[in-house]
Amino acid sequence: MSSLISLIQAAIVFGTVILFGSTGEILTEKSGNLNLGVPGIMYIGGIAGLATAFFYESHAAVPHGIVGLLLSLIVSFAAACVAGLIYSFLTITLRANQNVTGLTLSIFGSGVANLFGGSLNNMAGGVGQISVAVTSRAYRAYFPALAGLGPVGKIVFQYGFMVYLAIIVAIFITWFINRSRVGLNLRAVGESPATADAASINVTKYKYLATCLGAGISGLGGLYYTMDYIKGTWATDGTIEKLGWLAVALVIFASWKAVRGIWGAYLFGLLFWAYFYISGLTRASSELFKMLPYLVTIVVLIVVSLRKRRENQPPASLGLSYFREDR
Amino acid sequence: MTPLDAAAIEMKNITKTFGTTVANDKVCLDVRRGEILSLLGENGSGKTTLMNMLSGIYFPDDGEIFVDGEAVVIRSPADAYRLGIGMIHQHFKLVDVLTAAENVVLGMEGRGKLNRRAITARIQEICDRYGFVVDPAQKVYDMSVSQKQTLEIVKVLYRGADILILDEPTAVLTPQETEKLFSVIKNMRNDGKAVIIITHKLHEVMEVSDRVAVLRKGVYVGTVETKDTSPKELTEMMMGRAVTLNIDRPEPKNPRTRLEVRHLSVRSRENVLVLDDVNFEARTGEILGIAGISGCGQKELLEAIAGLQVTEKGSSILYYGDDGTPEELVGKKPLDISRMGVALSFVPEDRLGMGLVGSMDLADNMMLKTYRTSGRLFADRRPSARLAKKVVEELEVATPDISTPVRRLSGGNVQKILVGREISADPTVLMSAYAVRGLDINTSYTIYHLLNEQKEKGVAVIYVGEELDVLLELCDRILVLCSGKVNAIVDARTATREEVGFLMTYLQTEKKGGAET
Amino acid sequence: MSTVHHSHGVPLIRIVKRTSLSRPHAWAIRVLAVILALVVCALLIYALTNLNPIRVYNSMFQGAFGTGKRTWVTLRDSMTLLCIAVGLAPAFKMRFWNIGAEGQVLVGGLVTAALMLYIGASFPTWLLLVLMFVCSAAAGAVWGLVPAVFKARWNTNETLFTLMMNYIAIQLTSYFVARWEHPFGSNTVGIIPRDGSKAGWLPNLLSEGFNKDFGWNIIIVLVITAAVFAYLKYSKHGYEIAVVGESENTARYAGISVGKVYMRTMLLSGAICGIAGFIAVSGASHTISVSTAGGRGFTAIIVAWLAKFNTFTMIIISLLLVFLEKGAIQIASEFNLNDYASQVITGIILFFIIGSEFFINYRLVFRGKGGHRA
Repeated sequence: MSSLISLIQAAIVFGTVILFGSTGEILTEKSGNLNLGVPGIMYIGGIAGLATAFFYESHAAVPHGIVGLLLSLIVSFAAACVAGLIYSFLTITLRANQNVTGLTLSIFGSGVANLFGGSLNNMAGGVGQISVAVTSRAYRAYFPALAGLGPVGKIVFQYGFMVYLAIIVAIFITWFINRSRVGLNLRAVGESPATADAASINVTKYKYLATCLGAGISGLGGLYYTMDYIKGTWATDGTIEKLGWLAVALVIFASWKAVRGIWGAYLFGLLFWAYFYISGLTRASSELFKMLPYLVTIVVLIVVSLRKRRENQPPASLGLSYFREDR
Repeated sequence: MTPLDAAAIEMKNITKTFGTTVANDKVCLDVRRGEILSLLGENGSGKTTLMNMLSGIYFPDDGEIFVDGEAVVIRSPADAYRLGIGMIHQHFKLVDVLTAAENVVLGMEGRGKLNRRAITARIQEICDRYGFVVDPAQKVYDMSVSQKQTLEIVKVLYRGADILILDEPTAVLTPQETEKLFSVIKNMRNDGKAVIIITHKLHEVMEVSDRVAVLRKGVYVGTVETKDTSPKELTEMMMGRAVTLNIDRPEPKNPRTRLEVRHLSVRSRENVLVLDDVNFEARTGEILGIAGISGCGQKELLEAIAGLQVTEKGSSILYYGDDGTPEELVGKKPLDISRMGVALSFVPEDRLGMGLVGSMDLADNMMLKTYRTSGRLFADRRPSARLAKKVVEELEVATPDISTPVRRLSGGNVQKILVGREISADPTVLMSAYAVRGLDINTSYTIYHLLNEQKEKGVAVIYVGEELDVLLELCDRILVLCSGKVNAIVDARTATREEVGFLMTYLQTEKKGGAET
Repeated sequence: MSTVHHSHGVPLIRIVKRTSLSRPHAWAIRVLAVILALVVCALLIYALTNLNPIRVYNSMFQGAFGTGKRTWVTLRDSMTLLCIAVGLAPAFKMRFWNIGAEGQVLVGGLVTAALMLYIGASFPTWLLLVLMFVCSAAAGAVWGLVPAVFKARWNTNETLFTLMMNYIAIQLTSYFVARWEHPFGSNTVGIIPRDGSKAGWLPNLLSEGFNKDFGWNIIIVLVITAAVFAYLKYSKHGYEIAVVGESENTARYAGISVGKVYMRTMLLSGAICGIAGFIAVSGASHTISVSTAGGRGFTAIIVAWLAKFNTFTMIIISLLLVFLEKGAIQIASEFNLNDYASQVITGIILFFIIGSEFFINYRLVFRGKGGHRA
């Protein structure tokens, strides 16, 4: 029983990282931009938050958790937006190839984050010695009263606020895309920029905004991983990158619907950790089990192409740059 | 009708040039409220260009536009909407995965939540008023072509347009759907709206419009009251006087049936019959011309013969070899058909879409269909280089050298290369579409000469052309297509311009297709 | 369409597609982009270390080419990167987004390692090397073929499919690393074969002098590079790839079976990436781990794209990128940064090169200058 609970908890924690990543990417892809830079963006979000908290705590006389939390949250979001801005400038204004630009952003983001992460480690006196205890504690705070309600309490309430924030953001993004006027225009941009253009929608503006804000949301995944899961330290083990690619996969799995991404993310988290809780696995065979999320994604990809249901297809102009005079 | 009011729209001396081509030359036009005006003209006579200047897509070089008697400047579709002008383009501007209602409000002012109920109510109100049937919740990809068109009209009305422009609205519709469309258009007229229909189908002009304005080669010919005119008169206005071109026309030498097309039908992806029971034969040593308004099935016809189109059941295309034994082409692969000697040189609108690879040089393009037979693993490029040189010399292709990508060449040169390649394969059937589109006079004559050479060699030439004068002087027989049906096959030596022009635009419903003269 | 309209009806700046640009001019733009990028990197390094950038670039050069050994490592790694990029070239020329090089390299390396471990002692060297070459190519080919089959049959999105195949390869590698772990608890395989016999190692070219470390990697990769160049430029297959990449419609018109070309080309693309895995294991690391490909599968995509499928251009780009990587690692160790500095510098340079392509393909027209065009 307790191992089941901890499995579910682990699944929800990793699922949350993936969920932020995929929600942001869904917003981006709805504008027709396929940003393969999600892992890099999540890295940047993580390091920006951590560095902010670090400098705040080492400069403030009496650091306050909430202040550290707000500062790092804002800076993290903004830094990830800037990463999205680099991508947007290259792909939208300079019409560079989206795949190549996204991959470069992944290399760049992971480089920047690990370079500064390593430096922070050095400044703090060694690996894993960064102390942003106060801020990290604020990130990890939950209501003991609710979490104490037996197994349900543990499964539902024993998390930091960002777990719930991820759900709220996913629901809001779904509502925004499907129910608001601006979201409707965004969908048109991603489906058929030429039609949107003819309906006097500013295609460039929509693409820029969706991509930058999407990157900001994706970046929160890295922030959550850094500040909550590894408790405000920095690790260069590449987990963020793995989760980042899973987030890209989840977008397909959820067929571009952020709400479907919620349970998808937890499922991915579950698949990610399942080996840990299956008895009788050797260290070797558990590695095979870790293939599950990727295999499932491939199956989904094939099924989507087989069934050709229009609702589950990617935005029609995904991956293409728009140049009005091309037509 | 209140003819005393100022015209809803008045265009005065509108001129628009693209590069060196004059698309509209001092065109004048007016339309009143409560009236349906037909804008009639051949392909390329500048109808769509003129209307695009009303809908804010193009900006005129010169001239004035008045709406309700006031001079206006229209710079964008948004400007046009503000003036109450809405245009339904030939290629619908709809987003497939969105619902009807979502498409209607796309890009309109406003933020926050989509008020679906209010939108649905408005749409319903418009539908009730004019007799449309639209399900606001239906996705566009589930709609038929006519439903999409209805939606485009509703979209324009929703935005408050009271001057509607429809660009060839019936081109994609079945006769029943056309009937329905005309009845709603009449409803809109009776409601006091001004409607302009771009068309080149004479019987529709006669049926639906109150007045007809005619353009010919970008020049305004005149406007007549429909009730005072006849299809014959309109054809004359549209086609103008015959021009003598003095194209050579050698007599066919012992023509023999080479291709026999029987009951050929092709359905488009929108499930519309684009070719409907087409019957004809092509003979050796003869040029068979194909005349028709653009998009009435020429492309599908040639592609079906070349094996690039899926045909309906019952279609048959027989190829008679030199010994007279027939062979069925339907169901064969394009490569096998071209090996049998059927060559297709099709110049599509974008020229490079099919037939030539833009980024490849001349020499490489020469071997697009023959590269398999030369060399083993590596393609032997010497023959294609020789051929490229030959084509460049003989057809006087203007190019720096044969290693220039064809994309960099001008349209006329691209066409010469395409035709040159197809002829070099020593075909038994040569199909050529729009071979002289956009070419200067001299180059056009070079192409006519090439085709005649092939004809004299005994090749069955099928020539799809746009200019009636050329068809009449170059071809031996002319097959006239109208809305995917064979309206008639006439003798080019005796037929007149007016006769063919009339056949192109006026479907002989009582006559069955395939009637030989 | 509804252009950004100003009072004169013509926007201030218009972007116009170039019809052509001379090759020297295009390269001048690219070189300028690299120089700009190096300036930006220099500023960045200065900001981080307060060191004279010229000195920094000097130590970068030392790091990459300072000794015979270092020169070899730089060459070796550029050859591996080059091999992958060359493998990707046919796929990309066909407009097939093979993001799966990382996985194709890994399975190639995995098969190589397995052969070295299990039969390394019992086979003559030449036969073992041939066997490893062939098997690694086969493994990579399978990895490339699977997404191509689905693309050909059902038009399944190949970008994401190949991406996922990477992770399956990574987990497969993790599995075997755990199986073959040595010494126990290290979570690595250690140098193979274990007996120290170096069976299955690619031999050195020379035994003496500055170049004594240089291995056969260089020859193999350069031969493949030349072969793929010829394949793409002169063979019938290469011709078909070019037609399919340009327009599927034209391909059908010419009687080319598009699906077949997809599968055949991905078989080749995967096979060459698999061989890159063989070279990485047998000719460089002599072990296998999940980082055997080390992200080069992704970097190679960028190399292949930037080189416009010209495999000889890829030599230059690969050398440049590996030089930067090695140089940056040198600075990092000298100035107490970490190795990731190289990724940052690579990223910045790539951003600049990617951005420079715009100025090669388009030109800006300012209002009042240049001709009007509808």
